[in-house]
Amino acid sequence: MTDDAPPELTPLDPAFITTSRIATALGLLPFVIGAGVLETAKLLPPGTFLVPMLLVYAFVAFTVPARKYRHWGYDMGTGRLRVVRGYMFYRDTFVPFGRIQHIDVDQGPIDRRYGLATLTVHTAGNHNSTVALPGLAYADALAMREAMRAAIRQETL
Amino acid sequence: MNQAIDGPIDVTGQDGARLHISGLFIAFVSGLPQLLFPLLAAVFGARKSDNPALIPIMVAAVLALSLFYRWLIWLRFRYHVGDDDIRVEKGILNRTARSIPYERIQDVSIQQKPLARIMGLSEVKFETGGGDGDDAKLSFVTLDEANRLRALVRSRKAGVALVQNISGTVVSEDAETLFAMDGKRVFILGLYSFSLVIFAVLGGFAQQFDFLLPFDFWDLKRWVGLAEDSGVRVSTINGVGMAGQLILVFGAFTSLIFIGFATGVVRTFLREHGFRLTQTSKGFRRRRGLFTLTDVVMPAHRVQAAVVQTGPIRKRSGWHSLKFVSLAQDSKEESNYVAAPLATLDELWRIAKAAGIDAPNGEEGLHTGAKLHWIIQLALLVPPLLIAMAALLIFADRYLAPILFLSLLLGIAACLFWCDWRRYRFGLDAQQLYLRRGWWRQQLTLAPQIKVQSMEIAQGPLARRYGLASLKFGIAGGTLEMVALPLSTAQAIRAAVMEKVADVDYSAINQSR
Repeated sequence: MTDDAPPELTPLDPAFITTSRIATALGLLPFVIGAGVLETAKLLPPGTFLVPMLLVYAFVAFTVPARKYRHWGYDMGTGRLRVVRGYMFYRDTFVPFGRIQHIDVDQGPIDRRYGLATLTVHTAGNHNSTVALPGLAYADALAMREAMRAAIRQETL
Repeated sequence: MNQAIDGPIDVTGQDGARLHISGLFIAFVSGLPQLLFPLLAAVFGARKSDNPALIPIMVAAVLALSLFYRWLIWLRFRYHVGDDDIRVEKGILNRTARSIPYERIQDVSIQQKPLARIMGLSEVKFETGGGDGDDAKLSFVTLDEANRLRALVRSRKAGVALVQNISGTVVSEDAETLFAMDGKRVFILGLYSFSLVIFAVLGGFAQQFDFLLPFDFWDLKRWVGLAEDSGVRVSTINGVGMAGQLILVFGAFTSLIFIGFATGVVRTFLREHGFRLTQTSKGFRRRRGLFTLTDVVMPAHRVQAAVVQTGPIRKRSGWHSLKFVSLAQDSKEESNYVAAPLATLDELWRIAKAAGIDAPNGEEGLHTGAKLHWIIQLALLVPPLLIAMAALLIFADRYLAPILFLSLLLGIAACLFWCDWRRYRFGLDAQQLYLRRGWWRQQLTLAPQIKVQSMEIAQGPLARRYGLASLKFGIAGGTLEMVALPLSTAQAIRAAVMEKVADVDYSAINQSR
């Protein structure tokens, strides 16, 4: 599986697996609670709702983030940012530095706990007007932002 | 905890400035209407209790909460004016740090709403060409600070602008007429704009204002009654015989068709009368309209791509239309700038040339898509159809007709896919990208490669299996998606375009003249 990512790509920070797990686990919690509530209503034999729900929950919250992590990758080339993601729906995006309009570095509460950040570049195109790269170490994200900004500055002058 | 929140944000070592604290009050007051529902809910909830003093307490609590929230936003918002960019850091829990390089700022707008004006504050917006339109807004700072920021951005950009003027292309100074349409041309265009929209409009009116009518518009029996009153009877209609009925149907159709053409011609005359496209020093200037005359200028360097469109019927007479893609919106119905609604190819390429877009060199360099792409799409339709057929076989008494109908559907889909494959072409030359698509609305999109904003190779699960890919180009104001390419071709095209793009900066292609 790991061989799928082209060798020249930089993987995300491994902490991305953890933050992604936490975020998914929290996001799907309402469904588990819902299944629990249905369970207490005793409509069907015990476990019909809760057991499959917990299995799906464990898969989506535990296994999927690790797989997702393996298929993300980025590359800061000369003059462009490359972002690769997805296995089933594979996307390989190039954003030339010369076309970047502005750059965001976002940190959610979970990200902050693990020192991660999301780097988002905005272009003027209708398609792919924002390209987001999550799961970067905060310092890396800042360094990448500075590098891109410097590239924009240099090219204009 | 507090340290954990503040810690990483100061990595840049720049504190930045806060917004003006009085802005809090303005935001609070202008946000009051949004609080209406929470306030009503609070009052409603408190009403039931015995203590009448609870109502003002609840109201005060809601207001205080809103104020507190706005104070938090204010507290966590900082902006920093740096050497190369303006930075904005905001967010209570989700922190966003945005960097806007000076080169990218197209416009700084200062807005003063009445309340802000009284307090001597203003809202500053930095506009870039960003696709999602959500750039950066400082609400609120003092008017002095706003003017200082604007002056600063202008002075920073001035150096850049000087450099660009040297390398800019030369646009001829005198207004040269590129394209004009006389009455006859507008009439022909009107005929192609066949439209039955008038019935929808009338129906809509009838529905909207039926309370004004003295009778129920939708009462069919009443209409029949009305007809019978004036001597028409169902038996009379039946009595006119086969030929008579045919004549009636024919008459109804002819009037429908006539109304359709008439609507098209009238609407087209209203919009396109006196169409004239000239080339001025500022760019393309288009004047048109019968009663409401519009006059729109489009700088030539803002053109991101051109779209040449035609249909199977008008193509026989050699008619095409030309539109320019840009970030600006032309009118309510039309997002692209209509440069020529009905023109011959010769006229059209002359206009395109003025915008720096050249005609493709025949069919040379244009490639057909991989058939597999359409076969996969067709194959995806088969399972649901098979399931439907199986269901019919099991549950329906008479299954032959529906099954034939379903097979016919598949046949039609296959025909449509085949037409699509036959018309589809993609390609590139040294300067431009080409994409031709559609058998009914035949469109040819031409985009200079240096105007491409981003590129993405995408593969779905099936496409990935068969080594096919689509290549999506980000164009400011439009889209260009090549489909059905072998992965290696997509990568080669991307590499070729990347080489062109990397040489030229965005601000250089969109501001130079």
